[in-house]
Amino acid sequence: MQKAKAIELDVAVVDGVELKGSWNRMFEPRAISEYDLSVLEEITAIPGAESLGYCYQCGKCTGVCPVDTVGDYSPRKIFRRTQLGISLIDSPDLWLCTTCRNCLRVCPKEVNMIDIMPAVREQAVLEGKAPEELLTAFENTARYGNPIGESPRKRVEWTKSAGVPIPIMSQKKAPVDVLWFVECYPSYHPRGKQASAALARIFDALHIDFGILGNEEKCAGDSQRMAGEHGLFEMLAEHNIKMLSKYSFNQIVVTDPHAYNAFLHEYPKYGGEWPVQHYTQYLSEHLGDIQFTREIPYRVTFHDPCYLGRHNGEYEAPRRLLNALPGMELVEMGHCRETSYCCGGGGGGMWLDSFTRDYASERLSERRVREAVEYEAEILAVTCPYEVPRFEDAVKSTGNAGKLAVMDIAELLAYSMGLVDSLAMAN
Amino acid sequence: MRIAVLMKSVPDLVEDIALDEDSGQVLFDEMTYVPSEWDDQALEEALLIKEESGAEVTAVTVDTGDSDNILFTALAKGADHAVKLVGDYDPSLTNRRRAQIFADYLRDQAFDLVLSGVQAIDDIDGQVPGLVAGIMGWPHASVVTEVHSKDKGVVLRQEYAGGLVAEIEASTPLVIGIQAARKPPRYASIAKVRQVAKTQQIEEVEAESPDVPTLAVRRFYKPVASGHAEMIDGDVEEVASRIIEILQERNLLRR
Amino acid sequence: MGPILMVMENGEAGFTDSSKELVAKARELADTLGTSSVAVGFGPDAESHLRHLPVDRGIAVSNPELSQYNPLAYEKALSKILEDNQPFLTLIPNTTMGMDLGAGVAARRSLPLVAYCSELTVEGRDVVATSQVFAGKLMAEIALPESGAVITVVPGAWSIDTGSGDPEVSVTSVEISQAMNILQTIEPEKGDVDITKADILISVGRGIESPDNLPMAEELAEAIGGVVSCSRPVVDAGWLPKARQVGKSGQTVKPKLYMAFGISGAPEHQQGMRDADLIIAVNTDENASIMDIAHYGTTVDMLELMPALTERLRGE
Repeated sequence: MQKAKAIELDVAVVDGVELKGSWNRMFEPRAISEYDLSVLEEITAIPGAESLGYCYQCGKCTGVCPVDTVGDYSPRKIFRRTQLGISLIDSPDLWLCTTCRNCLRVCPKEVNMIDIMPAVREQAVLEGKAPEELLTAFENTARYGNPIGESPRKRVEWTKSAGVPIPIMSQKKAPVDVLWFVECYPSYHPRGKQASAALARIFDALHIDFGILGNEEKCAGDSQRMAGEHGLFEMLAEHNIKMLSKYSFNQIVVTDPHAYNAFLHEYPKYGGEWPVQHYTQYLSEHLGDIQFTREIPYRVTFHDPCYLGRHNGEYEAPRRLLNALPGMELVEMGHCRETSYCCGGGGGGMWLDSFTRDYASERLSERRVREAVEYEAEILAVTCPYEVPRFEDAVKSTGNAGKLAVMDIAELLAYSMGLVDSLAMAN
Repeated sequence: MRIAVLMKSVPDLVEDIALDEDSGQVLFDEMTYVPSEWDDQALEEALLIKEESGAEVTAVTVDTGDSDNILFTALAKGADHAVKLVGDYDPSLTNRRRAQIFADYLRDQAFDLVLSGVQAIDDIDGQVPGLVAGIMGWPHASVVTEVHSKDKGVVLRQEYAGGLVAEIEASTPLVIGIQAARKPPRYASIAKVRQVAKTQQIEEVEAESPDVPTLAVRRFYKPVASGHAEMIDGDVEEVASRIIEILQERNLLRR
Repeated sequence: MGPILMVMENGEAGFTDSSKELVAKARELADTLGTSSVAVGFGPDAESHLRHLPVDRGIAVSNPELSQYNPLAYEKALSKILEDNQPFLTLIPNTTMGMDLGAGVAARRSLPLVAYCSELTVEGRDVVATSQVFAGKLMAEIALPESGAVITVVPGAWSIDTGSGDPEVSVTSVEISQAMNILQTIEPEKGDVDITKADILISVGRGIESPDNLPMAEELAEAIGGVVSCSRPVVDAGWLPKARQVGKSGQTVKPKLYMAFGISGAPEHQQGMRDADLIIAVNTDENASIMDIAHYGTTVDMLELMPALTERLRGE
């Protein structure tokens, strides 16, 4: 880079004032285009990734990026590294973003990682550069309709232990009011199944006319989309829309904020347009019908899921439900609502835990659990199916076993309504 | 070098095998199928040879009703051609007949190298590569982990018990049963597979059903486990404690 | 009826165990069916080895090059022997050699083949073969046709006949084609450990998910005083060296304790470890085949169980 050239006159007159010598010294404008920007241009040429080029490095994102607090990563840093010639496609940075959307909230230039990440990742997947554990999740989803690799025929097995009848649309052969889109972790993960059973009992107790797709349901696919497998997402969306279109119902209720996001913004592009609510939104509208019979005498804090809160602006519905629970005290953590921290599971993070471990001092879920413990919460209430297993792991790995229990809001409601016998408290 | 990769799908063991225990028959129509993992390895090795020294790779299946996905995936991964041998075949097709159908097709083609998975989970009447080679009278080698093109032939590595490996120089034509490719099989993104399915063609070749020596399977049955493991129930902590107890009882822990 | 023929494979010292396991069964079948038993060996030493086998007759293919297995030459020689002797059954160990020879010779001779055979019995006029299929999840019972068959037998199916005999051995040779040449034989890297000598093996399979989880297994092995071994997929993925592999194409082990973490237990793996004194299997699938040979099993998450065990062992 050339050295800046100083211009200095013996005397200069500015607005009638005489400025002598060094008082009028100015520097010539410097061109900083000597950077070889070809790598940055390669990235911003990818449709969807254009806005990476808008970054003017104010660094606001670095201050709010949950990944930067446990590692060395933020959108600004990505821009800078790409500008210096480190291709994002080859960099581990590409797989660290959880698409939590906190950077976009503060970015004055609207550098949109929510568009950049899936676009660039798709390119990396095409070039065979994606971490293998992520590819396994993709392959499982393509083959079995769930990222876990469980048998698609066993997707409804959880309903047998729910203790209430759960109508399956293909057998019911009648319209319903609510089509409940259950999703993968709530269908297969042991803790997810417990929350699903709780929610089923609540629906049953409220006499809600509902049905599920059962084995006709496949993963909604939103996290696979964010992780760079748009084709897989399309395939899943087409399948789910085809199945849903066979039946009549008034609205969809989802367990999973990621599915909520997909139904709200993506499925309509493929012709799948239905009114959709997250279950906390739906139940908060039915609070008047709920009879609470048991107290929950605990200090509870709530973790806003990125895809319910920041992505889709719903902060109140879960809190309305929690505040209705008799006996409990709701305490907000420092990071809450718009500034909520992230569990690390979004954007494919759910399937990259081994990969990200090398680039972080601890998991995001561990950082979040420490915060909940700092606030002396006894229960960490969540409402995204990724979170119960992630936070329960983190409670153990941070040595907080016995101090903090992690529960889905549906489990708390069902207990307080007298529909399940016990709360799995930490001690 | 022209390479044919013979591929097939097998019952997916993530699902239970559909067995009618009364008749002892496997209900082939009631199972879901996945590409045989060893065939995926064979395809990968073929693509690696292509990338290393240039080759034209053709993926070949016998159409038992579920080949298109295998073939489009192979094309998406980098195979140059896809051939489906069609006739009146269903998933119960035996390996011997499958091998004969492959051999009848291959005989008229000028392939230098034929790769296939060394085995599959349903190889009750033999493994495809050895059978195909025997029918055509070609030399072959199984349990191979590496193939490189060299001069007019190949150099391959064949594995024996205990991890002993022989490096073998062989001239073509040759059939090779691949145990594992040099690298894990690559991923074909769904977008790519779907694009390929729209833009590329699978060549269909009529294949007559040949007469082959057959085996009469009297019945299939679930093995009576000489004793199923005694299951330790409980959560991780309980299971860990119980295991430590068992090890103590058997004096397996250091004092 | 033609004889019962068996193909003997050369090992480090004489014939391998898996081929010696064929002898007693072949003789038993020959006696019951009123025919003879014939053993085929390869290489310059085959004649002397065959002379001590308790069989009716021996055939030695004596080319010096054939002490080492050569797919093409063996197949040519064996095809000729089958043509000349018209055996009812041809038994071959289901090793690398068996996979080559079995299918190749059966196809050349237009005979049916039974793969992965674990039992042969005579039922009235029928000879019935039992085969392991679908990764050991099912057994198939096959009535062999009168025209005969080639049968590849899984190692360990029968016990070794320790008796000896004095059979007549005919010596022959085969023209060796230059289409296939062995350039060199490579010994497996022994690595830092010899898993066949360890009393305790912490063995990991596909369920380990990622190489990043291996330290968990190493820590457990260290705490318990054992060594980490693995199943085939872990070696294929390049996560552990070949020397650590248990199973058909790896090592055969017989430790006092074998802990299988995330190993489903394909027959090929079981071949290498089923004689362990105590087998504890950790697998999410209660019905995985490993559970059939394990003494204890559990379905908890192996990635949680390993550190839990390590913690307890260290605390002791």
